[in-house]
Amino acid sequence: MTSSRLLPFYATLVIFLLAYAVCVIQFPNMLSTRVLGNLLTDNAFLGIAAVGMTFVIISGGIDLSVGSVIGFTSVLIAVLVTWYGIHPLAAFCIALTIATAFGAAMGAVIHYLDVPAFIVTLAGMFLARGMAFVITTDSIPIAHEFYTTLHGLYFRMPGGGRLTLIGGLMVIVFLAGIVVAHYTRFGSYIYALGGNKTSAELMGVPVARTTIGIYALSGFLSGLAGVVFSLYTSAGYSLSAVGVELDTIAAVVIGGTLLTGGVGLVAGTFVGVIIQGLIQTYIVFDGTLSSWWTKIVVGLLLFAFIALQRLLVVLSARKGSSQVATP
Amino acid sequence: MRRITLGEDAVSEPDLLLDATEIRKSFLGLKALDGVDFSVRKGEIHALLGENGAGKSTLIKVLTGVHKPDSGAIELDGQAVAVRDPMHAQQLGIGTVYQEVNLLPNLTVAENLYIGRQPRRFGLVDTRTMQKQARALLARYDIEIDVGAQLSSFSIAVQQLVAIARAVDMSGSVLILDEPTASLDSHEVELLFGVMRKLRDRGLGIVFITHFLDQVYAVSDRITVLRNGKLVGTRQTSDLMKVDLVSMMLGRTLAAATEHGRRAAPPPSERKISFSDFGRARSVAPFDLTISAGEVVGVAGLLGSGRTETARLLFGIDLPDRGTITVDGKPVRIASPRDAIRLGFGLCPEDRKADGIVGDLSVRENIALALQARRGWLRRMSTREQTELADRFVKALDIRTTDIEKPVKLLSGGNQQKVILARWLATQPRFLILDEPTRGIDVGAHAEIIELINKLCDEGLGLLVISSEIEEIVAYSTRVRVLRDRVHAGELAGAEISTDNIMRAIAAEHGAAR
Amino acid sequence: MSGLGSGLRKAAPQLACLAVILFFNWLAFPGFFDLRLQDGRLFGSLVDVLNRGAPVAILAIGMTAVIASKGVDLSVGAVMAMAGAVAATMTVEGYSLPVVLLSSLAVGIACGLLNGLLVAVLELQPIVATLILMVAGRGIAQLITEGVIVTFVEPGLIFFGTGSFLGLPMPVIIAAALALLTVLVVRRTALGLLIESIGVNRSASTYAGINSRLLIVMIYTFCGFCAALAGIIAAADIRGADANNAGLWLELDAILAVVIGGTSLLGGRFSILMSVLGAIIIQSMNTGILISGFPPEYNLIVKAAVIILILLVQAASLSGFKLLLRPGAAATARKAEA
Repeated sequence: MTSSRLLPFYATLVIFLLAYAVCVIQFPNMLSTRVLGNLLTDNAFLGIAAVGMTFVIISGGIDLSVGSVIGFTSVLIAVLVTWYGIHPLAAFCIALTIATAFGAAMGAVIHYLDVPAFIVTLAGMFLARGMAFVITTDSIPIAHEFYTTLHGLYFRMPGGGRLTLIGGLMVIVFLAGIVVAHYTRFGSYIYALGGNKTSAELMGVPVARTTIGIYALSGFLSGLAGVVFSLYTSAGYSLSAVGVELDTIAAVVIGGTLLTGGVGLVAGTFVGVIIQGLIQTYIVFDGTLSSWWTKIVVGLLLFAFIALQRLLVVLSARKGSSQVATP
Repeated sequence: MRRITLGEDAVSEPDLLLDATEIRKSFLGLKALDGVDFSVRKGEIHALLGENGAGKSTLIKVLTGVHKPDSGAIELDGQAVAVRDPMHAQQLGIGTVYQEVNLLPNLTVAENLYIGRQPRRFGLVDTRTMQKQARALLARYDIEIDVGAQLSSFSIAVQQLVAIARAVDMSGSVLILDEPTASLDSHEVELLFGVMRKLRDRGLGIVFITHFLDQVYAVSDRITVLRNGKLVGTRQTSDLMKVDLVSMMLGRTLAAATEHGRRAAPPPSERKISFSDFGRARSVAPFDLTISAGEVVGVAGLLGSGRTETARLLFGIDLPDRGTITVDGKPVRIASPRDAIRLGFGLCPEDRKADGIVGDLSVRENIALALQARRGWLRRMSTREQTELADRFVKALDIRTTDIEKPVKLLSGGNQQKVILARWLATQPRFLILDEPTRGIDVGAHAEIIELINKLCDEGLGLLVISSEIEEIVAYSTRVRVLRDRVHAGELAGAEISTDNIMRAIAAEHGAAR
Repeated sequence: MSGLGSGLRKAAPQLACLAVILFFNWLAFPGFFDLRLQDGRLFGSLVDVLNRGAPVAILAIGMTAVIASKGVDLSVGAVMAMAGAVAATMTVEGYSLPVVLLSSLAVGIACGLLNGLLVAVLELQPIVATLILMVAGRGIAQLITEGVIVTFVEPGLIFFGTGSFLGLPMPVIIAAALALLTVLVVRRTALGLLIESIGVNRSASTYAGINSRLLIVMIYTFCGFCAALAGIIAAADIRGADANNAGLWLELDAILAVVIGGTSLLGGRFSILMSVLGAIIIQSMNTGILISGFPPEYNLIVKAAVIILILLVQAASLSGFKLLLRPGAAATARKAEA
């Protein structure tokens, strides 16, 4: 791993540390495990979905259905648990199966019909949101004792902060994501696809299986994010998590992953998610700023990172042109 | 199946690794391969030569299963095989290293070597073992690099060697190298040749595609030349003179209809375009060039000699880093094709499909495009005006289309070329650059285009025509510029212009690989 | 003008589709085709379809040009919200109507200009370039409205949403005027040809002397202008600016309208009027679902089905069933032949 490829990631890390330092100087309270625990808990669903999005983007694709799938699973779980009396664990399994199959189907369409991912997942976004609406348009609260039990599970960190179940789950998903990316053949296939699909195919990468697998994984993680969202809000609402796909894409890009594919780190996405959380926390601490600043700052960061990536590509192309002769 | 090649040992060849016979392949009726025989022996380096469109890459793609041949047989170690796809070819023992579609630069060296077959421990990729194996594998090629680093962080030469190591490791019988030296410096080329010789001595059969003749002589044992999809011949390298090789490559197959006498130089004209000390680093070495009204300057040179680069530079697509231009004695500046067009330049590009035609638009719109662009978007040419223009040129250039409203992509190559010519003629240019105007078009259209070049010249146009058909250049040029290794190496004029002289100029001291 | 006849023939699938939808609407609601004139203004479900469809139609007009140039603009929904927010807050602050309108349109033009520069000069992929404003735009809109729904009672501005002219609602008049004007400008000048040319083959167009960079900037700027216009109408219609929901998902409707209208996502040939027809088809479906008694949310499923259908039809017609059977090989062969 060489420096220029990792430059965006280091830039993200530096920005995060600087931003955190600024926050702490202004509000010393922010340097506490309590804030840290909340950061993890509040952004758990975003982070889990962002891991899936990282894989999709590294492979050179995009998944716009993420927010809708989160909304759909949260509604499905709520309905299964409160209307049909199914145990939450069983409901989780059903929801995750459907979400995974949904993602796999999108991957199959993308590969076999050879159409742009953004159009296919756009249809997926409409479909998932529509299905959520079809189930119910009401907000359904979940009052199951299992949820209460799960809420009671947390690890108390020194300093009083709570590492909740869902916060911990996000950390585990990120760790698993790192393992998948760097220690499995599937992971290397994902990078290969994003690097150059034709080369990958010639080198024997199973393109069909990998593409379907990537979107299935993204679907699964979106579903898992939906489960976490359900635990987080103790409710299911078909209009929830609107636009989360944009937040996840932003987190992935800010985390240093190239939107054109081939380069990126799961760990970078973690920092990207936490930066977004940090902005929100800062706004809460400040008290006078409004939440819309999050979107503006994220937009600015997005612009800065895309421009930085573009610059790196142009620079490396200029360097490369000295070596590549015109055929 | 075993055939006897003329001029070669007629005894059954026990060392034959790969034997392809009578391979035919057409695309949309165009014959890309027309009954080509090709074989690779154990322990030889076999150079495969030919100009663009000669059929080299199609042959390679047939051998590696990218294309299915229309007819013909492929035998590996005496067994008839049907290669399904590149993966299958690898399993059969045919490994290929492509010039462009290389490995995956965003992965590490070790991953590139072992993707899809990484060693695993407890279900996870065992990076340490993989890197150890990778180091051991590369050590056999005397490469000592950090196999955990990204492939893109190494020079093209190292990447090329890694690709070779991978191909040999996976296949290990026939190795196809498609222009491996195109972007290497001479030291790196030597390194590569060392590896190739070593592999040859280990018994591999190596197919080596290049357009650097010196390299062919430096490393190959046999040479096969293809031309226009046909086999010109297979020779022992040691028996083949360089001039003969060039003549095999550039050939003498032009239709008799185009064998005009040599053109007389036009009377000296004040109307001329001069480029002086014009050049661009890593593209073309600085050169001087003057084109007067009513003359055709032919540009001859092998593939990669800087022909197309010269055209791009003159037309403002690539910007020169030195040099000046004067038109009729007045200094001008060209910073884009638009500037060039404003001065009355036109360029029919080499890659017709990518840079020439606008495929989905109609013949009429394609012909009107450059004139319309020059007029600006506010002054639209009415459909009637466009139709008249198109009708006029369809007639004048004999463009064969059922309808001028037909999308231009549906026309044959020759007619597409005429449409692009018409596009420029509509702007009433004073200087036209034609880059390989007759490539990939049938014989009839070929003769017509040459006729046309002569006619335009008579009408007072200045032309610069790049071609790999030497006889064609002889037929229409008043002067011939010879390019070699990205340098404008010489110029022939008047009585000096002959196929022999041009070929000699191209072959002479054909420099080492850059 | 190549004759009304051939135009109608090209539009046959879309017109048939519209007819079928309208027929089902009539089945669901027998009074669907009823029109009545009241106070010099037409009322009826058909007029309603046109009125509700106007903002998407206006977006689709700008989006058509963008898609024809082989691009896409994801930010139009957010730009709508920004333009609406500017119009509403400035009206509340007492600026005169022309100033309000000009400022609001200027915001759209500035956004479009930014997108165009990112695509043409920085050479970012259009999806990536416009994603930035898609994310930030809504935040900026909220910044302008300070997070509340700004309502206004200025009759001049409201007229653009609910007023009528020549018996038709203003949004319909504006959309129709914009469509006609655009068609006129695009087809009476050479712009249409040049846009199609860079959409099909940008390299060849540059070789032919087209200033593709400038053209692309102009196209995105125009798209931003259209988005601002749609934003003003949407705000005037509800007499307020809702930064959260104004124009939400409309970028996708606009893209869908263009695709239904037959313009390829790969750029090239386009028709403004066909995209407007696409917008009307989408709105007819929306209205149909509504009057059938289904919740409006069913729209989304229908839209998803429409996209999938279009993809299947395109895949089948483009490369036959070979592609469906052996996709990997087909992709390799295509690359290899290039």
